[in-house]
Amino acid sequence: MALSDLFARRRKDDDGADDNGAAAADSPVQPTRALARFLAGIGNRQRPVLLDLGPVVGSNVTFFGEEVGCKILVEDLSKDIDRHVHQSKLEDLPAFLDKRFPQEAESIDGILCWDIFDYLERAPAERLARQLTRVLRPDGVLLAFFSTADPRSETRPTYTRHVVVDRAHLQCRPYKAARAKQRPLLNRDIQRLFEPLRISENYLLKTNLREVLFRKPAAPAAPAEAPQADR
Amino acid sequence: MWKRDEAVKPTVAPPTPAVQSQGGPAPSPQPETRHQTGRDVVNIGKSVVIKGELNGSEDLTIEGQVEGKIELKDHVLTIGPNGKIKAQVFAKALIVLGEVNGNVTATEKVEIRDGGSVDGDIISPRVAIAEGAHFRGSVDMQRKPGQQGQGMQQQRPGAQSGVPQQQPTPQVAQPLAR
Repeated sequence: MALSDLFARRRKDDDGADDNGAAAADSPVQPTRALARFLAGIGNRQRPVLLDLGPVVGSNVTFFGEEVGCKILVEDLSKDIDRHVHQSKLEDLPAFLDKRFPQEAESIDGILCWDIFDYLERAPAERLARQLTRVLRPDGVLLAFFSTADPRSETRPTYTRHVVVDRAHLQCRPYKAARAKQRPLLNRDIQRLFEPLRISENYLLKTNLREVLFRKPAAPAAPAEAPQADR
Repeated sequence: MWKRDEAVKPTVAPPTPAVQSQGGPAPSPQPETRHQTGRDVVNIGKSVVIKGELNGSEDLTIEGQVEGKIELKDHVLTIGPNGKIKAQVFAKALIVLGEVNGNVTATEKVEIRDGGSVDGDIISPRVAIAEGAHFRGSVDMQRKPGQQGQGMQQQRPGAQSGVPQQQPTPQVAQPLAR
């Protein structure tokens, strides 16, 4: 075996260190409060449509498909961010996000953002939030996680693959990212970012993670027709 | 080492191909199909390009390229690591190790294995996507009646993927606002 092969193999091992089975088994299982609320929010609908912005996780597809009976759309935004970083075109990301979602307006019952907003600066975050607000149905729910920790403490940038263990627990599996998390958002910034969505639940976990469940206000009821006068 | 192509040569020449290609031009090279009589599996070799409609009544493995439509309604379709499909697929079960670009309907299950890729919408009662697989599209699993709330008791994803089973320590603070 050539020496270059050995180095190539070593490099590959390093790159995939976060993705292999051993790392997955060691990943921490963390409690979640908002997921159960999110499921309750979409569970009473007929054949709800769910939009997942994280990487595809087979067991999550099974969970949401079998447990909730959802139709699931997977749109992995971390790949899009990585691509823009690698091409040094991060300034194009806001415009890209404007056209990223082909879904019709008000066609989605629930959106799982996971922690994708942590990796976006203000402009792309605003565009993304605007698109998500557009596709969400009235009374639909959106779940997003926001880190409250200083991102500068990260030694190696990673995304997190959130694997649903059950309604109250998530396994967080890190995998390699092209860019680190950005400055944490304050509570009021989060609220403004998603207007006109309303914060329905807001939990601060001891893991420095803020779980926020948004709900789109229901469309105002149409005014009742005035009774026609009998002739 | 120098004769590895021999492995893909037909072992038994099929008298009549079980898989029929309809419509569209005939495949450019002679179809390199292999019919393994013991297992009833038809193999479309990696040099084969099919454009049009593909129907069959046997399990089929595709290592080549297919564009158009594939219907194996009562059988298993396997897209091998070299297979590239740009087609609508209807099958009993679909196993993907190569690339599929198009919508998939399976009456039993769809499996996207490590290295496999699907770009399109999947309709199937069971879908398994391995870590390392690529998928972009939607998944529609028809829920069986009376299954709500039981799915995770039957099959915990954590148990399947080697999640440590110890009870996590409670780390939840009180809700901040409602």
